[in-house]
Amino acid sequence: MAKVLVFVEQRDGKLKKASFELLGASAAAGNETHAVIIGENVSGLANECAQNGANKVHVIQDAALKNYTGEAYSRALTAAIKSISPEIVLASHTPMGKELLPIVAAHVDGALATDCTSLQFEGGKLQLKRPIYSGKAIADVEFCGTSLQMATIRQNAIGLPKADASKTADATTITVDLSGLKTKILEVVKGNSARPDVTEAPIVVSGGRSLKAAENFKILEDLADSMGAAVGASRAAVDAGYRPHRDQVGQTGKVVSPSLYIACGISGAIQHLAGMRTSKVIVAINTDPQAPIFQIADYAIVGDLFQVVPALTNEVKHLKE
Amino acid sequence: MNLYVCIKQVPDTETKIKVNGDASGIDTAGVKWIMSSYDEFAVEEALRLKEKNAGSTVTVVSAGPDRVVDALRTALAMGADNAIHVELPENADSNMAAKAITGALKKESGIDLIFFGKEALDDGAAQVPQLVATFMGIPAVTVVCGIEYSGTTLKCKREIEGGSFEIVEVKAPAVISAHKGFNEPRYATLPNIMKAKKKEVKALKLADVGVSSSDQKIKLKNFQLPPPKQAGKKIDGDAAAQAKALVTALHNEAKVI
Ligand SMILES: Cc1cc2nc3c(=O)[nH]c(=O)nc-3n(C[C@H](O)[C@H](O)[C@H](O)COP(=O)(O)OP(=O)(O)OC[C@H]3O[C@@H](n4cnc5c(N)ncnc54)[C@H](O)[C@@H]3O)c2cc1C
Repeated sequence: MAKVLVFVEQRDGKLKKASFELLGASAAAGNETHAVIIGENVSGLANECAQNGANKVHVIQDAALKNYTGEAYSRALTAAIKSISPEIVLASHTPMGKELLPIVAAHVDGALATDCTSLQFEGGKLQLKRPIYSGKAIADVEFCGTSLQMATIRQNAIGLPKADASKTADATTITVDLSGLKTKILEVVKGNSARPDVTEAPIVVSGGRSLKAAENFKILEDLADSMGAAVGASRAAVDAGYRPHRDQVGQTGKVVSPSLYIACGISGAIQHLAGMRTSKVIVAINTDPQAPIFQIADYAIVGDLFQVVPALTNEVKHLKE
Repeated sequence: MNLYVCIKQVPDTETKIKVNGDASGIDTAGVKWIMSSYDEFAVEEALRLKEKNAGSTVTVVSAGPDRVVDALRTALAMGADNAIHVELPENADSNMAAKAITGALKKESGIDLIFFGKEALDDGAAQVPQLVATFMGIPAVTVVCGIEYSGTTLKCKREIEGGSFEIVEVKAPAVISAHKGFNEPRYATLPNIMKAKKKEVKALKLADVGVSSSDQKIKLKNFQLPPPKQAGKKIDGDAAAQAKALVTALHNEAKVI
């Protein structure tokens, strides 16, 4: 059993599901699980942390914490660590978590492993695995000294716990000095997409060069919308201007780990596989039976995506009726 | 302006990875080494700032074994003025690398901005820029794909999830880590490649930057190739039959929809 502190991430007063994965995993291992929420008016989010596994919830709220900045949030998380004295600190490998944790590690002289895909606890010690060389290899993490053990965990790598809606939080507040900050957020420019982000979505439908035009992605969007999925793309599709770079999956794009990845007209170049090979179930639809993507597919459909994808959308709609 | 860019040399993305004998890393024989892609955006952005601000210099810094001098020469050929190589063992972790780079930077004076790539293509750790910034006592803004610089204030466009961006204002000196979309990195011309070969690269040993093996906080071990995937299920028939069979399998068998 260990004392574990989970940085529970919120944006606009909404908690990230990925944080619940960490609370759930820590609680399931029998750890003393602490959650810390940082923001402006965020105490109302404490119960949700308890319902997903936190024994204790610490709230740090201040007008200066309304928007995330690495500088302000690192001061808050550092204050939480000093006041709680955990043995282990966890966060999700999100745009926020991946910027924040190294800053905090430097402040507390911690030992940090990032983007881990497997998380276990053994005798108060963290057992982690992380992919390296874009997932072409995987390695175990060894903590060398006695520094605080810290890790960021890839989203969707663990799975969500079952929430217990009857629980209420044992919550306390922590105060932090936020004077003299040198960074500030001028504006948050919201993406106009109604669909989930490729890194967060439980299902990703991706298309490649073979879509031939930006408009043709409509058939993938229809399939995605029928399942609450995100739309991803290969680099060839992004370079051709069919999709924005933020949708690119692969070595120079996003790394995703959904429970279902549907690759439509994507050949499966090594740089693309780097971004999606840890997906739990992979479907490939391709006209070429020799396409390398089939080597990692759980379900293989040799066929024309322009026929198969609309048929799939119909079937999914049918299933959901 | 005194501009610094920290770069890492990594295996080319086409490299076939082989695990070494004691599974403590990869077999580096025959690996082709390149400058990590995101670092190219960092070098380019520093060069553009230099071109806009007369009297500026760009210094590139790389920590690693002797081979990384090649990456420094690539940056010199792109147009950087000075280069510093800090000795670092092959399998050093992010903390040790950041301590070494910080040690080298602390020997410099009047630093305005320090650029990095947002993460390295080999370990993808995305730690060193933030660690260096914090060790230097300055702020870091990461995953930046655009900056506006005026006086000592920087406006950075930082990409977050869902296609959203944060517009972050920060005062120099600061660390910026570069994302794709920042710019289109230039190619080095042949004459510049030739000239870069003759430029001096300042060499620092670990002891010069006050770093020792005790700065290593994590170690990766037991390297393995991902387990080979079992052959997938092939679904035959016409498009309608394939779609029906797939949705049934995803629902009943894989239970993912
Ligand atoms: C440094 C570097 C970084 C890179 N980073 C990335 C990255 O992050 N992400 C990435 O994706 N790539 C990346 N690449 C590019 C990568 O090497 C491939 O070129 C790219 O992934 C190919 O995209 P594609 O599969 O869409 O196109 P192609 O390779 O052209 O494949 C198209 C596929 O569609 C199939 N097809 C054609 N018509 C149909 C149809 N009607 N129905 C079904 N199937 C059809 C074809 O059989 C073929 O398999 C990188 C390359 C380099 C050098």
